[in-house]
Amino acid sequence: MEKRGPPELHRVAGMPLSITHTPVYCLDLDEALAFYTNRLGFEVRDDVTVGPTMRWLTVAAPGSDHRLLLAAIDHHVPPVDQDAMRELVAKGTLPVFLRVDDVDGVFESLRAAGTEILQEPIDQAYGLRDCGVRDPSGNHLRLGQPLTGSGLPGEDR
Amino acid sequence: MDVEELAHLRRARDLLDREYARPLDVPAMSRAALMSTAHFSRRFREAYGETPYGYLQTRRVERAMALLRRGDLSVTEVCFEVGSTSLGSFTSTFTRLVGKPPGAYRVGDHAELAPIPPCVAKAWTRPSRNGEARAAGAA
Repeated sequence: MEKRGPPELHRVAGMPLSITHTPVYCLDLDEALAFYTNRLGFEVRDDVTVGPTMRWLTVAAPGSDHRLLLAAIDHHVPPVDQDAMRELVAKGTLPVFLRVDDVDGVFESLRAAGTEILQEPIDQAYGLRDCGVRDPSGNHLRLGQPLTGSGLPGEDR
Repeated sequence: MDVEELAHLRRARDLLDREYARPLDVPAMSRAALMSTAHFSRRFREAYGETPYGYLQTRRVERAMALLRRGDLSVTEVCFEVGSTSLGSFTSTFTRLVGKPPGAYRVGDHAELAPIPPCVAKAWTRPSRNGEARAAGAA
């Protein structure tokens, strides 16, 4: 039998490519919405009821097209997987990475509001000052601010 | 397991992640999770694959690996930095979980981990009771 090579890659040269939606699985959609908007400053982009059960709720940072899809597990996960997904979220398994320009200020406001704290802001070897908190569902939020001289996008020069 | 119970267990684990350098008080953690000590340890293990004490040991070794990779502290300094009180038991736990003694790990090549965020490196390098340690123990 003839040995097959790797599948051919089809690429469109110069094709614009960007991320539009990233799901954040939530145990309670209203709690999640309040957290991501009121505490973190995201704006609601879509809040649409689709059919009898599905709510399409997205938020984005001001000026950004990259949306977080706040995904209720009941709406966005097939019934057979819902218990498993709820457990993964509640156990704190899933991360979300965010870039901010004042990590200490954001952290203090989150702490003052009673957010669960994982790690106070510290300078990291990979060029970020970052901290860790939990969203109301238990997702691990990493908030990072580029250190001066790191060469990372958003670096404060 | 229901999400309320998992949230209690998660907060306990988060506390271990933050307070690993302090003496562990499992009864206090059990009370915080509104469970008896035995029940708490059993449910924690069901959720996270390790007992709270085992998780603490793993966490200390994982943190020690990060400090040893940095290279500016001695093995003894790292041992006390992560909350271990005995260099002997620190070294034997480290060796059992990582597969090599802390001194040998400290002088190894860790360049491949440099650009990775620590929380990811932590997940990758977290010593596994089912992986490296068992393989090393069997060798």
